[in-house]
Amino acid sequence: MADPLHQFEIYPVVHISLGEVNASLTNSSVAMLATTIIITLFMTWSMRGRALVPGRWQSLAEMSYEFIGSMVRDNVGKEGHPYFPFILSLFMFILFGNLLGLLPYSFTFTSHIIVTFAMALAVFLGVTAIGIIRHGFHFFSFFVPKGVPAVMLPLMITIEVISYLSRPVSLSIRLFANMMAGHTMMKVFAGFVFLLGWFGFAPLAVDVALTAFEFMVAFLQAYVFTVLTCLYLNDTIHLH
Amino acid sequence: MTEYTPPPPPPPPLHNLDARLREARKRREKHTVEGGGSRTSLKGAGLAFRIGAELVAATVVGVVIGLLTDYWLDTSPWGLIVFFFLGGTAGVLNVWRAVSSIGTTIGYKTVNEQDEDKGEE
Repeated sequence: MADPLHQFEIYPVVHISLGEVNASLTNSSVAMLATTIIITLFMTWSMRGRALVPGRWQSLAEMSYEFIGSMVRDNVGKEGHPYFPFILSLFMFILFGNLLGLLPYSFTFTSHIIVTFAMALAVFLGVTAIGIIRHGFHFFSFFVPKGVPAVMLPLMITIEVISYLSRPVSLSIRLFANMMAGHTMMKVFAGFVFLLGWFGFAPLAVDVALTAFEFMVAFLQAYVFTVLTCLYLNDTIHLH
Repeated sequence: MTEYTPPPPPPPPLHNLDARLREARKRREKHTVEGGGSRTSLKGAGLAFRIGAELVAATVVGVVIGLLTDYWLDTSPWGLIVFFFLGGTAGVLNVWRAVSSIGTTIGYKTVNEQDEDKGEE
């Protein structure tokens, strides 16, 4: 039976070394580059007509734009506008990474925690920096819950700080775990198809269902990542 | 022979377009609760996928802080024990916040209280 974890293996495609640092172009980086190029092509090519009544492709591009636009408007409000380009890019990158990873022989870079953690850390550091820039020292009142007796404050502040620090971890674990678990499960069931001979139709049926499920997860995880980014941004901008 | 139907009325003139646009924008803004009141609109499925990781992540962060404290202050195993429980508490707090539609705001504020604050501002 094929190793179900083999699909996550990273290997260099083009060997590059900068001094001591191994900066090779891996299959993961190739997948990320391809995702970025495909998103750019999708957005620019489908909007090339700029028709008043959109066609199918233009409709798709406008729908993604409107979806994130209303998400930012609903969750962050007017002050969220400057951050809209970043949030749209983030959503498209994760969504296309997840969806393109479902193609046979492709690579799902979102199934690696280092990739998701880097994205979550960028969001976390960015949001914290925005908070400190906008509110200055007052930003740290964020960690002081209201209406708590002074005796309890040291304990509560510690818990709040841990809760705050857990944001990038939960953001990255969720995306990575869902993608990795889904792809592993699909491979495991695909392995059973051949092992069971004539009864292989049963795991095959499961795999068909799982493929549909994975499409939902791919979209949902991109949505959750983005909506949480909006919520974190909102908490920081509208400090209590 | 069908009866004569009058032509549709001409579209409203463009000279008051600016005023109409402004009105439409205002209408849209009214629907938008400033500062994200529509947290409950988070789709149920999205919420379900959220809460599992919240609990794990906070505990992991607690354990890592505990181990680092032990490493630096040589307090093994007390840092791990204390921060494991603090991390678990933070995790439960995160889950509670996620499911009680208070979002992720730190501090004990319900959505209603937030709205009241906005009224004061």
